[in-house]
Amino acid sequence: MKDSRQYKLFQLANVILLLLVVFITLFPFLSIVARSFSGEAEINAGEVFLWPVGFNLETYKVVFSDSHFWNSYKNTVLYTTVGTAINIFMTTIFAYAISKKRLVGRNFFIMLAVFTMFFSGGLIPNYLLITSLGFANSIWAIVLPTAISIFNLLVMKSFFESLPEELEESASIDGANTYITLLRIILPLSKPVLATMILFYAVENWNSWFPAFLYFDQQDLFPVSIYLRNLIKGASDTMAAGAAEASNMQQVSSNIKAVTMVLSVLPILLVYPYLQKYFVKGVMLGSVKQ
Amino acid sequence: MKQPIANAPHEKTHIVPKRSKFASNLRQVKKEWQLYSLLVLPVIYLLLFKYIPMMGNVIAFRRYAPGGSVFGEEWVGMRYIEMFIQSSKFWEVFMNNIMLGSVTLLVGFPAPIILALLLNELRSKRFKKFVQSTSYLPHFLSIVIVSGMIFQITAEDGPINAIIRFFGGETILFMQQADWFLPIYVLSDLWQTVGWGTILYLAALTGIDESLYEAAKIDGANKWKQTLHITLPGITPIIVVLLTLNIGKFMQVGFEKVLLLYNPLIFETADVISTYLFRVGLQSGNFSYATAIGLFEALIGLVLVFSANYLSKKITGASLW
Repeated sequence: MKDSRQYKLFQLANVILLLLVVFITLFPFLSIVARSFSGEAEINAGEVFLWPVGFNLETYKVVFSDSHFWNSYKNTVLYTTVGTAINIFMTTIFAYAISKKRLVGRNFFIMLAVFTMFFSGGLIPNYLLITSLGFANSIWAIVLPTAISIFNLLVMKSFFESLPEELEESASIDGANTYITLLRIILPLSKPVLATMILFYAVENWNSWFPAFLYFDQQDLFPVSIYLRNLIKGASDTMAAGAAEASNMQQVSSNIKAVTMVLSVLPILLVYPYLQKYFVKGVMLGSVKQ
Repeated sequence: MKQPIANAPHEKTHIVPKRSKFASNLRQVKKEWQLYSLLVLPVIYLLLFKYIPMMGNVIAFRRYAPGGSVFGEEWVGMRYIEMFIQSSKFWEVFMNNIMLGSVTLLVGFPAPIILALLLNELRSKRFKKFVQSTSYLPHFLSIVIVSGMIFQITAEDGPINAIIRFFGGETILFMQQADWFLPIYVLSDLWQTVGWGTILYLAALTGIDESLYEAAKIDGANKWKQTLHITLPGITPIIVVLLTLNIGKFMQVGFEKVLLLYNPLIFETADVISTYLFRVGLQSGNFSYATAIGLFEALIGLVLVFSANYLSKKITGASLW
């Protein structure tokens, strides 16, 4: 069947509109990258738009040689690795157990988890708990309280439910116990959902700043997100205060900020294309069956 | 040959009389102890990090003494909640919360539906993939980066002011003017969430039966009519479920984002319940008062999600539970 002229016109308009959406989405990235390679004077003069003006790599050298930056970057890598390992371990064992219909009290355990999505202790009770556990200034303050995301748990649970029951039956006849079945049979079949979970959790851990902001007061423990937050916030606070002499320092940090932002987004941009094909599948698995 | 033997005990449980159900459950737990052992750590986690803080909300009704119990020292009743509702700050932060929440919902909720419908009309699979991948990207950005980008883009020397000057306008100091906070907050939120929001709608769209479109074409329905009578009804259940969830979260304005973006110059439009709570509780140390504020906010959220769910079940039959 042939398209009407109106529909052809719509097609054209649609493509143009969506190209515009792509441009707007990418605009902030391009603008930051352009600033990161630009000279201070050119940024101050408002000349930098989407292309570097007064091209220089000095700013990158400055940031690279800052030991605080490297230390916080290293911290972020550590927190992300440990945190994600805990996330995956806890989510997998929990999701596997509650995916089994033979688990007596299954609904109770599911409800126990799901209820926390709708009601929770607020900021203060959490703060009091973490500090009274003695987690201040330790990695546990940021990796343990977020060990399981309920949304991810449900995604994983429905993935496990979708695997054929017969697999486990034949494994158990061959003498495999629950642990071995999970480790040797189920997990190798769960690569798409595991990849999704690793991406989601790793990104979450990489991006997390608030727990560190709340519980850390030693600079050498800061993740890069706090380092960046202090760069950004420090400048904008003095800006708000309207201090004249601060304006110079704010301008200097303008391209340093851009470089720091580029460097802290980079790892996500690098893994994103590889994991992308998995996560769309992963999310759909968990959510479409309503 | 080695077949349903493993299943046999399950079938038996149906004929076991009721009073020994406990015994049979116990037997099942014993038999499956390995499966149950997997639950130990997650349940400890939930109790310790989710349910204890939940109970910790009780200090909203008790006086907390520094260094004292997480659950407070003595009952003071509704004192702190009344204190909040009667304080002059209450209406300011409450109204800001409602303004930011409702405009975000109004703009942010339909946008992914529209984007998904437009993506669905694309002929080229590759172009569709490309637009999708690009539009998901902001979802993976840290809120710290997003706030940094907002500062840079709206800065005096930033690209938006460059455009304004190009067209002969005056430079605007966006982040220092209270009136600009709402549009900046909502538009940046739209930028960050719209693409990711399309995933579920696109999945629902692929689930619509092709033969419905064939039938409609034969009946002479054009694309617009097909969208109206087949596509939209096809994704209504998912729209309803997501709307319910969004209404439940409507009071939870992006706390971290506001905290990163605001400054005293724009408190009058930017300060929300949770950021006020943060300043009162953690910067001034009024733990009980701040918990009362948080509890007030959480209860509104709970009431909202339950009523939205109830209404959607009544009206459309689709619901979260």
